Amino acid sequence: MNVIKTLTKSLREFRKETVLAPVLVSLEVVVECLIPLYMVTMLENIEADNSIENILFWGGILLLMAAVSLMFGMLAGRYAAKASAGFSRNLRTDIYSAIQGFSFSNIDKFSASSLVTRMTTDVINIQNAFMMIIRIAVRSPIMLVVSVIMSFTINWKIALIFLAIIPVLGVGLFVIFKKVDPIFTKVFKKYDAMNESIQENIKGIRVVKSYVREDYEMDKFGKTAQDVRASFQRGEMIIALNSPLMQFAIWTAITVICIYGSQLVVQSGGADLNAESLSSLIAYGAQCMSALMTLSMVMVMISIATSSSERVAEVLSEKSTLTNPENPVHEVPNGSVQFKKVSFKYSEKAERYALSDVDLDIKSGQTVGILGGTGSSKSTLVNLIPRLYDATEGEVLVGGINVRDYDLESLRDQVSVVLQKNVLFSGTIKENLRWGDPDATDEELVEACKRAQAHEFVSSFPDGYDTYIEQGGTNVSGGQKQRLCIARALLKKPKILILDDSTSAVDTKTDALIRQAFREELPDVTKFIIAQRVASVEDADVILIMDGGRIVAKGTHEELLASNRIYQEVYYSQNRMGASKQDLDDAGGDSKAFSDEGGAQE
Amino acid sequence: MRKRIEIQKGSAGKILGRLFRYMSHYYKWELLVVIICIAVTAVAGISSSVFLKILVDDVITPGLDYGKIYGAAAGFDQVSGTLYTIAGIMAGIYAAGILCSFIYTRLMALITQGFLKHVRVDMFDKMQTLPVRYFDTHTHGDIMSYYTNDVDALRQLISQSVPQGLFSLVSVITLLVYMLISSVYLTLVVLAGVAVMAVVTKTVGSKSAKYFVRQQNSMGRAEGFVEEMINGQKVIKVFCHEKASERDFAKVNDELFHDADKANGYGNILMPAIMNLGHVVFVAVAIVGGALVLCNVHNLTITGLEASVITMGAIVSFLNMSRQFTLNIGQVSMQINAVVMAIAGAGRIFEFLDNEPEVDDGYVELVNANIDEQGNITESAERTGKWAWRHPHRAEGTVTYTELKGDIRLIDVDFGYVPEKMVLHDVTLYAKPGQKIAFVGATGAGKTTITNLINRFYDIEDGKIRYDGININKIKKADLRRSLGIVLQDTNLFTGTIMDNIRYGKLDATDEECIAAAKLAGAHDFITRLPEGYATMLTGDGSNLSQGQKQLLSIARVAVADPPVLILDEATSSIDTRTEYLVQRGMDALMEGRTVFVIAHRLSTIQNSDAIMVLDHGRIIERGSHEELIEKKGQYYQLYTGAFELE
Repeated sequence: MNVIKTLTKSLREFRKETVLAPVLVSLEVVVECLIPLYMVTMLENIEADNSIENILFWGGILLLMAAVSLMFGMLAGRYAAKASAGFSRNLRTDIYSAIQGFSFSNIDKFSASSLVTRMTTDVINIQNAFMMIIRIAVRSPIMLVVSVIMSFTINWKIALIFLAIIPVLGVGLFVIFKKVDPIFTKVFKKYDAMNESIQENIKGIRVVKSYVREDYEMDKFGKTAQDVRASFQRGEMIIALNSPLMQFAIWTAITVICIYGSQLVVQSGGADLNAESLSSLIAYGAQCMSALMTLSMVMVMISIATSSSERVAEVLSEKSTLTNPENPVHEVPNGSVQFKKVSFKYSEKAERYALSDVDLDIKSGQTVGILGGTGSSKSTLVNLIPRLYDATEGEVLVGGINVRDYDLESLRDQVSVVLQKNVLFSGTIKENLRWGDPDATDEELVEACKRAQAHEFVSSFPDGYDTYIEQGGTNVSGGQKQRLCIARALLKKPKILILDDSTSAVDTKTDALIRQAFREELPDVTKFIIAQRVASVEDADVILIMDGGRIVAKGTHEELLASNRIYQEVYYSQNRMGASKQDLDDAGGDSKAFSDEGGAQE
Repeated sequence: MRKRIEIQKGSAGKILGRLFRYMSHYYKWELLVVIICIAVTAVAGISSSVFLKILVDDVITPGLDYGKIYGAAAGFDQVSGTLYTIAGIMAGIYAAGILCSFIYTRLMALITQGFLKHVRVDMFDKMQTLPVRYFDTHTHGDIMSYYTNDVDALRQLISQSVPQGLFSLVSVITLLVYMLISSVYLTLVVLAGVAVMAVVTKTVGSKSAKYFVRQQNSMGRAEGFVEEMINGQKVIKVFCHEKASERDFAKVNDELFHDADKANGYGNILMPAIMNLGHVVFVAVAIVGGALVLCNVHNLTITGLEASVITMGAIVSFLNMSRQFTLNIGQVSMQINAVVMAIAGAGRIFEFLDNEPEVDDGYVELVNANIDEQGNITESAERTGKWAWRHPHRAEGTVTYTELKGDIRLIDVDFGYVPEKMVLHDVTLYAKPGQKIAFVGATGAGKTTITNLINRFYDIEDGKIRYDGININKIKKADLRRSLGIVLQDTNLFTGTIMDNIRYGKLDATDEECIAAAKLAGAHDFITRLPEGYATMLTGDGSNLSQGQKQLLSIARVAVADPPVLILDEATSSIDTRTEYLVQRGMDALMEGRTVFVIAHRLSTIQNSDAIMVLDHGRIIERGSHEELIEKKGQYYQLYTGAFELE
């Protein structure tokens, strides 16, 4: 019930159509059902007086009825289309803006591909089911009811046969769906898993081929596909009972009507019932059957859409884990950052803290280097500064004020992060840079790019700053992408700048130039630099060494080199030139042999 | 991604024909039974109108006439025998109809799901044989949509449109015969109505189909947009770009709304239009019928001109038949969109199945071998731990054996992925058994391309590649690849346990062997720290592991395969330098005694190589050991000191 409530909120401006469509459908059905009844009268009248005028008169009225039914039907169709297409548009809009309101932890919860499926396939399923509901799900029951009522007006004794048959059918259908529903729920999981394994194979085709596992994979997939087939077949075989069941019911009814009806006609001498009425009764019988048929089809569609609805509602009712405070602070006074006994875990259920007991005091304008292995929570630490996540315990202060007291947008405008997994969007370089500042002048763009050491290569492109970046930034190299991302972040003119492993693909010389520009041109900006290379953080005011979610050491390069084992390890592993001279000497002999063999030199 | 729907003129018939042959290949008899059963059921459905006519003519009218003279009760007694006989026949026909309906609906469930399974398996099997080039030139989403969207369109066609169409076809033909038996004139009236319906269906239907295609295409665009944006959602948050991205999405979304509205709008008009045209036909039949009676026109049936005027009972039952006739035509017209979609889908599936598989003309095989002290090699049926190339010489009819050592030479190799753009020029290099050769160079310099050529993911344009002295074109691809271990930057693990994933390298490896491989790769530590250790299930390409952990696993996977030659393409790029330093010992042990090709942009990884090849624009511009290259103060030196940028 809640799911329906959540979804129908998205109807908005299409409420009118949503109501009109079924109303018009009902009118259409009523007229349509009146037609067979009217035909009886018409036939009787024509039989009595088969003059052409009489036929034309009665025929004319029938044509008029057809025209009215057509009008209602077409209008209903138009409104139903508008309502369902509009509903699905609004659903997509709402899902999209719900996602826009997500915090990082909300985003982490849903995978990107599942969100895309929800916005496309699931919404289309809902749209189709919705259109079915406002058209056919209204049409069929009304048709059923009207047909039964009409039968009663013709001859109530015979009409009782219909009444007897409908509950039997209802129970039959109910039992079928009750049996099938759990089967299909399971099947769709298997189906998803099958598609997942296909996807793995497409992505990993090089692995499959290099391990010569084609036959193995075919064998495995054959089994999976067979499993999916067997489950689907089991469900569909049960659903297949639908039609014979309905045919059994209706045809039994028709046979009984034929026998009993004929008897009635003859015995009453045509007074209680005549041949024409009998024919209408049978027509109503057929109508009942087609109504029931479509109804069972609609039920299948609705059951498919149910799981889609749940998935969409899940996104729509997901509450952002971060909200703005009531009287937010809009101005960040300075670039100082403090962590007071901060601990953090990604979800309440997580056993392990990603950060434990972090205390930190960084003054405005300082440069902070952060080193640590994978999984040491370097990114987690800096993500707390622009409040991408909320600290689980303790507090994070920016400019002396708790980050929870800031207006989120103001805070993030003044604390600029270059994320580790960064993306450029399809569009020109200019458009991408202006994400940082929509009003930036061309000069400002160039200035930011110069600082990020991107100006040179951008100018070397034939289209310069108007160069179109392909989806995923595939037409620029990794290092170029990183520098554009840095420039984009600089355009915010932040008080705090965070680079999360953002120069890993940039060569050391350029890396040094970027840091030099930061030092000379942005002295007041507090800089956090996460890096793999010691060289990138060597000249920082303070270097933090992280391990297992804790800051295990802090100090300057010299201090750490003298005292910290991890720092020494990293430093020497990266500056092995002198340290491992011995290994190189050993290898030298072989490479000589190699050149002796005459590998062509160019 | 959804793809554009296009059906070339004239290809629809061909596609449907092939689809039919494809289906009847697997389900010839079942289909035959289905067709017969549908026919029986359809005929049974129609018989109610016929029975009504018979009842009116043989029971009601004579009964009433008799009743008028001898009293109603006597009238009924007179005809009751006939009535019960007719009712008996009716019940019999209906029973047959229900039985057939039971059979064909169940059979259709079997055929639909069975056929879809065959299609999926055929597609998957085909996919496994396609060359790597195919996967490099098609997006994963495109390939995936064959399995999802296109197969789904087929399902719609087979499970709904085909039985519905057959049912309607049989009904329409049977009704036509009945109608012709009743009255040719009235039948002509109905047929005229059908012609009008056909025109309406074509006009409205083609409009609907047009917008339907547009809707699919704008759906594809919306999907593309959403995909890009959601993948960059964190960046959107960091830049407070939410409002702007909502505005952009509104544009795409509105377009989709417009097309969906139009497509469904036209689609929804079709059914009421056909239904009510049916009513018009009904009236026309009544008028013409009345006129026939009125003007005393002798009834014409296909059996010939009758002496009498058409009876009222005949007109009544004819009216019923005309109603059923138009209803059936309405049902068929509703399937148009599904059929258009299915033909487009089937067309694409056939296109996929028609792709040329990877060719393999190799005839040199890898066999287990025994090697005696003199170096004589004999083939062995059991695993000996020694391998040899079995080289049959067709001309002489002899077989020679060469020991598998891992000696790889590239001689003057030229290659381009497309003929217009060469990627490698005159590449010559020798890797002797046990040597470690490193490739260094910018993205696009051709490092990965060289490895692609060695395992024959692509075939060289010009030049030669020799493996233990044998031209690799002569070696069976499967055997060639089995002798080469490869670890890529994209790890590509499979759904299954960690143990399963390591065992992928050698399917009959024992748990102990897998664990030993994990230890060698430095993966054992983190695996044992997982709550379920080696039994941990990996899902969604190992999304529950970090990239570095996944790389360690794929190194363990290659370690268990134990190949004489290793290709490491950025295999440790996501392992941080400190961990790399720690697993270096394992890596060194792994590389011991093997020929190794290494690509890494982290130069510390490759310093101890026997030879380093510096590649630039597809040419080897420098080569030598780390030391030699540093001394040379060339490109490598500049890279090393950071004057140049990699990747």
